[in-house]
Amino acid sequence: MITNQHKELAQGAMQYALQNGCQACRVSIYSGTSSSFNYRDLLLEKLQQASESSMNIELFVDGRYGQYSTNRLKKEEIEKFITQGIAATRFLEKDEYRMLPDISLCYQGGGHDLQLYDKNINNISPDEKLQIAKSNVEEVYNSDDRIVSVNGGFSDGDSVGYMIQSNGFEAEKSSTWFSVSAGISMKGEGDARPSEGWWESSLYFNELKKSGLGKKAFERCLRKLGQKKVASGKYNMVVDYLNASRLLSPMLSALYGSSIQQKNSFLMDKMGEKVGSDKLTLIDDPHLIKTSGARYYDYEGVATKKRTIFEKGALNTFFLDTYNAKKLNMPQTISGPSTLIFELGNKNLEQLIQSQQKAILITGFNGGNQNSSTGNFSYGVEGFLIENGVMAQAINEMNITGNLIDLWKNLIEAGNDPRLSSSYRIPSLTFAEVNFSGV
Amino acid sequence: MKYNRREFLKMSGMAVVGVAVVPHLLQSCAAGVPESASATMNHFGVSAEDLKKVINTALEKGGEYADLFFEHTFYNSVTLRDNKVNSTYSNIDFGMGVRVVVGEQTGYAYVEEVTLEEMLKAAKTAARIASGNAKKGANNINVQEFKNYYPVQKSWEDITIQQKAPYLQKLNDRIFDLDHRVSKVIVSLSDTSSVVMFYNSEGEFFNDYRPMTTLSATCIMEQNGEIENGGASRAFMMGYEFLNDDIVEQLAQEAVKKTSILFTAIQPKGGEMPVVMGAGGSGILLHEAIGHAFEADFNRKNTSIFSDKLGKKICSEVINVVDDGTIPYNRGSVNIDDEGVLGQKTYIVKEGILNSYLHDRMSAKYYGLKSTGNGRRESFRHMPIPRMRATYMENGNVKEADMIADVKYGVYCDVFTNGQVQIGAGDFTFFVKSGYLIENGKFTQPIKDINIIGNGPQALADIVMVADNLSIDNGTWTCGKNGQSCPVTCGMPAALVSKLTVGGE
Repeated sequence: MITNQHKELAQGAMQYALQNGCQACRVSIYSGTSSSFNYRDLLLEKLQQASESSMNIELFVDGRYGQYSTNRLKKEEIEKFITQGIAATRFLEKDEYRMLPDISLCYQGGGHDLQLYDKNINNISPDEKLQIAKSNVEEVYNSDDRIVSVNGGFSDGDSVGYMIQSNGFEAEKSSTWFSVSAGISMKGEGDARPSEGWWESSLYFNELKKSGLGKKAFERCLRKLGQKKVASGKYNMVVDYLNASRLLSPMLSALYGSSIQQKNSFLMDKMGEKVGSDKLTLIDDPHLIKTSGARYYDYEGVATKKRTIFEKGALNTFFLDTYNAKKLNMPQTISGPSTLIFELGNKNLEQLIQSQQKAILITGFNGGNQNSSTGNFSYGVEGFLIENGVMAQAINEMNITGNLIDLWKNLIEAGNDPRLSSSYRIPSLTFAEVNFSGV
Repeated sequence: MKYNRREFLKMSGMAVVGVAVVPHLLQSCAAGVPESASATMNHFGVSAEDLKKVINTALEKGGEYADLFFEHTFYNSVTLRDNKVNSTYSNIDFGMGVRVVVGEQTGYAYVEEVTLEEMLKAAKTAARIASGNAKKGANNINVQEFKNYYPVQKSWEDITIQQKAPYLQKLNDRIFDLDHRVSKVIVSLSDTSSVVMFYNSEGEFFNDYRPMTTLSATCIMEQNGEIENGGASRAFMMGYEFLNDDIVEQLAQEAVKKTSILFTAIQPKGGEMPVVMGAGGSGILLHEAIGHAFEADFNRKNTSIFSDKLGKKICSEVINVVDDGTIPYNRGSVNIDDEGVLGQKTYIVKEGILNSYLHDRMSAKYYGLKSTGNGRRESFRHMPIPRMRATYMENGNVKEADMIADVKYGVYCDVFTNGQVQIGAGDFTFFVKSGYLIENGKFTQPIKDINIIGNGPQALADIVMVADNLSIDNGTWTCGKNGQSCPVTCGMPAALVSKLTVGGE
């Protein structure tokens, strides 16, 4: 947890900045610990442990703005750093839009406990962590001649943060995380050694799924043996719940104030317009308990609240922090999403596959990018050709290409199967008529 | 932000050791440590005896090898947005990591408070990877000598924003001057100064000063209601001397050219076709298609598609591929790697034969070879692993024009943004920001925003022509692996790959 020493250091830094030329100031202090253990086959391959702290100081000096961070948390050094920072900031040009948020927009406290911190984190023995990692390897080790290598990992950590601003805002937060993973590499065709994996994560150790990951990774690797590319053309595309957020991320990136203010967003003039089908409804719901991404305030201290990002395909929210909202002369919202909830359909992945006569299921992306100004995209993919409702052939080395608005307007069905451990709760999705390049 | 050189060098010790500076100096001298080494030890507030104690603690459970990596990095960036140099960011990062190795097992721990007590705690944590009888490290401090591939004339710690800002402003103004369609420009200059120090259980010691600087411009252009973005960047291991009017003009011209061409470009029809990789940034093909798969950790674990290919012919004998840490001022250069192995030039493919993997100490020991100096890490928070440096193909003897003339229908790739590879399956991709459609041996139409995908061994075997125009791309290439980022570069002469899968409508 945040100690009084941390708080005093941050408060002292703010006072020092204000007494030495700053008109406003924000100081955040972070402290965290982490550990990780990885087995390769039956050998403990890596163990790593660390603890770290850092301070971030934002200085508003004579209408100018500078940001400074350090992990040297000694009072004298911080003060020297701030002195130098104030001098450096004064060399900049004025920027009238740089300021702290209006205090009325900031989180005022009083919210229910979001329950993001597992107090048992320090009671879990290294032996137990090691055993979790090893047991997932043992599930499949030596079970098939084609297995080249099996990995099992366990990692956990905690982080605590405290923020104070000269506008009167002060708050702290803390969270823990735990994750287990398994990976497998197998002999494929020719010299190929395809690999696959599986992972689980949770904010609470007791709620973490700790076994069965090795078997899951093996099944996923086994089914992709014999991959090949199929004919180019337009196919319906089912994207599994592990990968659907990859297609949503560039839509969200286009909503940030920094992109819109710099005219580098293909959605900048689309507020209120349809940019997806009726199946695209996305809500930012930041106050769910025991939920990844949950928070009461953003990096500026601005209070989070439930917002609809897309509603039946219509764009409803830009992510506008103080600086960009002022520059754009638009109402301030929030600097970014917390926990994203996609409106669900009523089929799981298997049922979405069964409902397709001929389509391609995407189970992994391999590189690619998008044009942030136009929304054009092109991504490498792997997965399965679906014929008559079943996965008929593993595919790889193919690309999908198109425009993100066109793609989302062609969303024909959302599944009901998001990973609840993720801050992006996006289910499997089916899109119509996507351009695939293969043979 | 300005820290003069003396202040920067003092800063670490200022609070960490305080009154202990003099005693440490005396201890160091008494142990016969060379002056340059003891000065760096003072910088980090440690003595030669401290280093030996920490190493011996790291080996107390029977580790075969241990090393200590100290780092003090000072990063600055200054940004121009909407015609004003109006924001800056600086970061100080300081700490040390302890690594213990036994066979192919590694224990690692790091601390930010570099005191003997904290270092010993970290050493005890890392030591747990082993379970045997205690060992001892060497009792000497053998300072490694090396050639400096990135000598600095004017260090960044001595330069103020006032001195940097005019270059950002000039670059912004020049981009606006070059094309009336330019509507927004962001210019950013960043500089990094790192002092690193290393000591291992074999008594090897080194210290190095590593500069890095990047200047980049992003340009937004508008034409008839359409918007396109492009950019240009240069990155070198240099001091303030990096900044001059020539580099500003180069970046301005390049940013405008790369952006303006996009208005006439199309996403072509996709499918399998010949691909001409233009000189320079096409080195991303080598980086993704083969470079990662040649990193020895993947081969040691038998998970690379090239695991059984050492010494075998894998492509045309006209092909030589190099990974080089010795190019002066190059973003990927290393005087000495993060495990104390000298920077060097390594032929990974020689006359079409897979000549060498890229080794760190662990894989070199596994194969019974000398390390190729590829043991690199992002910072003291990470253990070193095999990483590329500057990866490029040497010249062939074909003219690029003849290569293009040989293609009936295909694409020419010119500007890239990113790439990726699946090490075991061999499938790699790279994203083409712009290029040209080739029809009947001629460029007929600019193209943009397509992903190209292929399989590493097959793509290498399908390189049928190599031109004589090798160029190293000095953009801001950063490679990600195992959660670590690492500065690299790549380069290539133009080359014709007979068949790759091109994304498209």
